Amino acid sequence: MPYIDPHIHMVSRTTDDYARMAEAGCIAVTEPAFWAGFDRSSPAGFADYFRQLTETEPKRAARYGIDHYCWLCINPKEAEDPGFAREVMALIPDFLDRPNVLGIGEIGLNKNSRNELMILEEQIEIARRHDRLILVHTPHLEDKLKGTRLIMDALANAGVDPGRVLIDHVEEHTVAAVLDRGFWAGMTLYPDSKCTPQRAVDIIECFGNERIWINSAGDWGPSDPLSVPRCHAEMRRRGHAAELATKISLANPLAFLGQSPAFRPPVSPGPAVG
Amino acid sequence: MPTSTCPLTGPEVVESYFMEHRAKLLDIAAFLDRLDRAAPPDGRGDVRVRALRRAIPLLLDGEGDRARRILEFLSDHSTQPIPAAHTQGALGADPGADY
Repeated sequence: MPYIDPHIHMVSRTTDDYARMAEAGCIAVTEPAFWAGFDRSSPAGFADYFRQLTETEPKRAARYGIDHYCWLCINPKEAEDPGFAREVMALIPDFLDRPNVLGIGEIGLNKNSRNELMILEEQIEIARRHDRLILVHTPHLEDKLKGTRLIMDALANAGVDPGRVLIDHVEEHTVAAVLDRGFWAGMTLYPDSKCTPQRAVDIIECFGNERIWINSAGDWGPSDPLSVPRCHAEMRRRGHAAELATKISLANPLAFLGQSPAFRPPVSPGPAVG
Repeated sequence: MPTSTCPLTGPEVVESYFMEHRAKLLDIAAFLDRLDRAAPPDGRGDVRVRALRRAIPLLLDGEGDRARRILEFLSDHSTQPIPAAHTQGALGADPGADY
């Protein structure tokens, strides 16, 4: 079935992954700006990265029939130096009108520090001023509960419409609050540190299928760019109708992402001619 | 939390998932055995190991929502931003907790 992976870092994957994803039914991806595994040494490094996200990756994806969109920001891990962060943020408006840019992301917190929070608030303001969607990274492991609360409070304080914000990497202890406060919730199918396909289906069974999606967040670490279709298989294994997978991985992403004028609904593969 | 939201019956859940989780239980057991056999210094006092040992009984306390309660148990429950981030990684358990 056709699906969208709404959070995956294709800059760190080979074209073998694009090929396999296309064979598995992927018709579109959205790629947030993230930490490369090291701290970039200058704002120019981010300018090059933003060019890669807005020029190179869409062309690589198109060779496999996959539409590529991106989000721009300085990620929370590199936000501890406010002066440096502001130099990077100053670059963002010049890229916002590029055809595949959906909004600001993945902004958020990492260790829940004062500087991270200040930079988060400034990036929320960029999104608000330019009327862009927001994609949020919630912290890892023991920092997630506290960080999710701080992030939601910052968004509420800025007066952002929660329906235009996707809070990603939710787990069992954060999903209820995210949905109750009107945000969209993303479950990331990433080994060890985040959800499994089984737990993601458990969460959908308990909390419903509205304003929720799944993604692989495939990156340079141990991760599986096919974890979204694997989760669909888990749904089928339990006897859920095919419509559930379509809702979670096509209808819901289309509804959220369609709020951006830059997003063009992808063309699903049609029936074979013959 | 609603009940009976999984479309499989109880016996079907056991049939489908038992072997995988038997293996995961053995992984935990083998990890603890490995710690016992590890060369000095002793790792068993590490906050993460203490947190793991304290989290295990939550599986059998008769209450539901085990995944949520274990995640909360392993979380930092402070509410104010920290003054500065001196590390980028996370541990998996709250280093400030008295597990």
